Amino acid sequence: MRHLPVLIVLLPLVAAQLCLLISKIHYKAGRYTVLAAVTGSLVMSVMLLRQVIAEGSVHYYFGNYKVPIGIEFYVDTVNALILVLICLIGALTFMYTTPFARTTDKTLVGAANTMISLLITGMLGMTATGDVFNLYVFLEITSLSAYCLISLGGSRGIVAAFRYLLVGTVAATLYLIGVGILYGITGTLNMSDMAAILSKWGNEGAMLIAMCFLIAAFGTKMALFPFHGWQPSAYTHAEAGSRPLISGVMGKIPAYGLFRYMYCIYGTDYKYFRVFLIVLGILSVCSMLYGSIRAMAQTDIRKMLAYSSVAQMGYIILGFAIGTPLALCGAFLHMFGHAFMKGGLFFATGAIRHKFGTTKLEDFGRIYKAMPFTCGLLVVASLSMIGIPPTVGFFSKWYLAVGAAGTGEFIYIAVLVLSSLLNAIYFFKLIEKVFIQQKSAKTEALPAAEGPEVPLDMMIPIVVCFLAILLLGIFNAKIVDILMLAIKGVAL
Amino acid sequence: MISITALSLRPALAVLTTLIASGLIYVTGERVKANTREAITFVAAFINAALVYSMIPAVLAGKTIKLTVIEIVKGIGFAFNVDAAGMVFACVSATLWILTSLYSVGYMRGHGEKNQTGYFAAFAMCICAATGICFAGNLITFFIFFEALTIATYPLVVHYRDEEGTRSGRKYLAYTLISGQIMFAAIVIVYVCCGTLDFVPGGFIKPEDIPMPLMLILFFMMVGAGMVKAGVMPLHSWLPAAMVAPTPVSALLHAVAVVKAGAFATLRVVLYVFGPESAEYCHGADILAWMAVITILVSSLIAIRKDNLKARLAFSTIGQLSYIVLGICILSPSAAAGALYHIVAHAFMKITLFMAAGAIFVTTHKKNISEMVGIGKRMPVTMTAFAVASVGIAGFPFIVGFVSKANIIVGALEQGKPLFACTLIASALLALAYLMPVVYMAFKKDVTNPDFPCKAEASKPMLIPLVITAVIAVVLGVCPNFGLHLYDLACMAGNAIFGIGGSLL
Amino acid sequence: MMTTINAFLAYKGIYFLTFLLLALGLSGIIVCKNYMKKLICMNVMQVAVIFFFLCLGQKDGGTIPVAVEGLSAAADYINPLPHGLMLTAIVVSLGTTGVGLALLLRIKEKYGSIEEDKIIKREKKF
Repeated sequence: MRHLPVLIVLLPLVAAQLCLLISKIHYKAGRYTVLAAVTGSLVMSVMLLRQVIAEGSVHYYFGNYKVPIGIEFYVDTVNALILVLICLIGALTFMYTTPFARTTDKTLVGAANTMISLLITGMLGMTATGDVFNLYVFLEITSLSAYCLISLGGSRGIVAAFRYLLVGTVAATLYLIGVGILYGITGTLNMSDMAAILSKWGNEGAMLIAMCFLIAAFGTKMALFPFHGWQPSAYTHAEAGSRPLISGVMGKIPAYGLFRYMYCIYGTDYKYFRVFLIVLGILSVCSMLYGSIRAMAQTDIRKMLAYSSVAQMGYIILGFAIGTPLALCGAFLHMFGHAFMKGGLFFATGAIRHKFGTTKLEDFGRIYKAMPFTCGLLVVASLSMIGIPPTVGFFSKWYLAVGAAGTGEFIYIAVLVLSSLLNAIYFFKLIEKVFIQQKSAKTEALPAAEGPEVPLDMMIPIVVCFLAILLLGIFNAKIVDILMLAIKGVAL
Repeated sequence: MISITALSLRPALAVLTTLIASGLIYVTGERVKANTREAITFVAAFINAALVYSMIPAVLAGKTIKLTVIEIVKGIGFAFNVDAAGMVFACVSATLWILTSLYSVGYMRGHGEKNQTGYFAAFAMCICAATGICFAGNLITFFIFFEALTIATYPLVVHYRDEEGTRSGRKYLAYTLISGQIMFAAIVIVYVCCGTLDFVPGGFIKPEDIPMPLMLILFFMMVGAGMVKAGVMPLHSWLPAAMVAPTPVSALLHAVAVVKAGAFATLRVVLYVFGPESAEYCHGADILAWMAVITILVSSLIAIRKDNLKARLAFSTIGQLSYIVLGICILSPSAAAGALYHIVAHAFMKITLFMAAGAIFVTTHKKNISEMVGIGKRMPVTMTAFAVASVGIAGFPFIVGFVSKANIIVGALEQGKPLFACTLIASALLALAYLMPVVYMAFKKDVTNPDFPCKAEASKPMLIPLVITAVIAVVLGVCPNFGLHLYDLACMAGNAIFGIGGSLL
Repeated sequence: MMTTINAFLAYKGIYFLTFLLLALGLSGIIVCKNYMKKLICMNVMQVAVIFFFLCLGQKDGGTIPVAVEGLSAAADYINPLPHGLMLTAIVVSLGTTGVGLALLLRIKEKYGSIEEDKIIKREKKF
């Protein structure tokens, strides 16, 4: 029980190492190893969540070295929920990737699974850690795995991966500079210790510069406007099986990191805090509008969803920019909801590609007859993106809007409304294509049009996402209650 | 949490039944025989009606039935609160679902329609949303069902999956979604200013709560969604465009669910959220009343010029719905009661007219009035029902339209706004002008139309509902409280809003 | 005046050089058309940051952090922590460069060149 935080991160790490070896035996064995590990992590993260709700935040000191000398894992309710989210989507993605293995080459399949496992490890570590340099290490683990996974996506994937590598490394470097400045001021690397020292003796000018670097770094990693350039091609060409994980979750963890820095380390009493709020506000508004506008123009559904992700990250950052407890809850609720929404949409489009071999929008005519559940998920996820109740997208918007109204920033409410409507344009275009447009010649001629809708391995994630979007919406008050335990202390 | 008794579960059960029915039809529709699928609709319709009717005695006695299901957002519950106003609308929608379902069966089969499963599933979903709108106890629950109604009606509007259907679907969505989102923004601001969203007869926004220019802007932001759905000009153009849908859909959309939900939304916003005091203080009620007047007159004038029967009826609907809006904005108990009762009245009359139009289309394939000369010879029962309903729309005594109109006129005079009364009388004459020619042409004796040689009525499933609604229109006109005591309920609501008669909520 | 500049350069000058190196690396990534050159500039950037950290750990008159008989005060040794951190950073840089090189090999295989414009042209074909 005491070691839960580290075990959660350790299991996928160990499985990653074993997977490559075990795959030599049978190419599927490696996958089951990792799946078992991730499921184990999922169970443990749920246990950890319950422990944190009952007893308060958990500190885990590595090697029993007390802070500030040792490294610690610090888990409060916000972390714990994100850990559960990562494990859940990780497990679903694992189930989902099976039919995509186009080859039975042991090394290749083993390597792909290893990479996904490492990605999950990196994300889990980034979420759970309480040490800033440790965060850098896990950040780079995540990024490297992502580069590799994206490069598995075909010829265009390799170039996209290389470009992402350059951009991502620049971002990590900037992060390191920010950490360096903060270390130079405080002399410590532990988050809570840093927070205590900064609030007493912080050099405000240097902190401001450090924050600029940090915003640039995290902004690039989560593809916030104007740092989003790498994202559309990267998401489009990533390996189809890992795309839901990369797009659904990987972008969110840097946002969580930004939250930790802004609210926990810097604290709302920091002299220039308002400046950050304004800067983040501007960036989020631009993201929301730019992402939606670019998404409207796309013909390939994967690119459309990638630009839509830029817009959705804007919502989360808007929550950080408003700063009141409810707004922060809205941001995190949107984080969870969007993981299922975007993940769900990528699950669905991957399934369509698997069955019909195309992702161009004009080929989607009337596929709902052949794939009712998948299209049901498409509809629910689209409605959630637009913000129609009772899906989770509506409720996260509600909290963001209430937060904005509370601080009198009506401009944010206007942007929220506008962005919902822009979302409606291209998501209803999608729905129209799926349900109304005449059947495309391409899809009719395909032999795969018969038979079961999609293999069971793909069906489970689709159904789970469908239910999650609705259940998260209906029971959002409970989640907000859990989040409030941690957020009340740090919010504006 | 309020203790759950069988009494208080009924609003949730009513909504749940329709929801389950919709899901069942969608999932099993293609795989079972058509009769089984239709049976699901009818069983659900009867259960729904039974649940709704069973709550009337409690509401008549002055109680309201409350139920909070779950905390839906931090601080607000997903709450049902069945009061007199909601009861009126709910009874109408429950009754008419049964009748329109029967009619739909006849129409769809007679016309050989495709996509019937989607149609019936969406139908059930609409009724679910409409029932939810009636019984919602606070603005958030209301908004959830309101948006659900938008989404549920979209498949109905684009039923004929062709170019025109898609375009009108887009127009419909554009109007309803934009106004819905603006209403969302308004709800958020009201919540932050007033701290509560529960519907209270007489409103919960006091003039001191919100500064004046903001209050007027909020008023129109909130009412906007209702205005769009109720077709108040200039936000009405989706209605004629949406007529490309099959006639039962038009009957449902234009007589029962969507437009009435819009009018009901206006009622809730003006009288249960803002309240007469604030509505008058910010002049919102005044402005809206004049917009309603313009709508009534202009739509009637446009209706006179339309040759397509359904188009004419659509513009008539726009005008009639603005009666309700006008009645709400006059801010008097009688006018409010009249507006509520007009929901009932207009529903029955207009649905008769639409059903007749659909029957004509299915049996003779005629859409334009100019082609319908002498049709009375072929379909006398249908056209008689049409004539009765037309006369009722104009407001003749002994047909139900007169009751509601009289109440609104009395209310207008009570408030000292005689101009509104004149508008109503003028529009009655205009209504005669656009409906009587149809009747006249149908029953012209001296012309023999080669298309209509002999008597050949519409099929039974189509004929029976429209006769029933016509009969109900007459019965309610003579005895407004017959059966479900709808008139009493409407008056109760009116009194409750204005705090008269020591009402207990 | 000279003394202030001298003092400034002595203590802060190195940081400017570090940032200059960083800027060189960053501009190289943006400007260079050859992917290999971009990768090299990326390495230059990472080295710059490593220097930045090491400079943080310097102390006037301190020796390398290996224990020496007779010297026990903390002021006698430079701060070893940044060095430890930078070992990690070097390893990360190594890993990233390795992945980058592997990707470059593949790109050369598939596209026949590692010049940006040629790749963009060939990309359209895929």
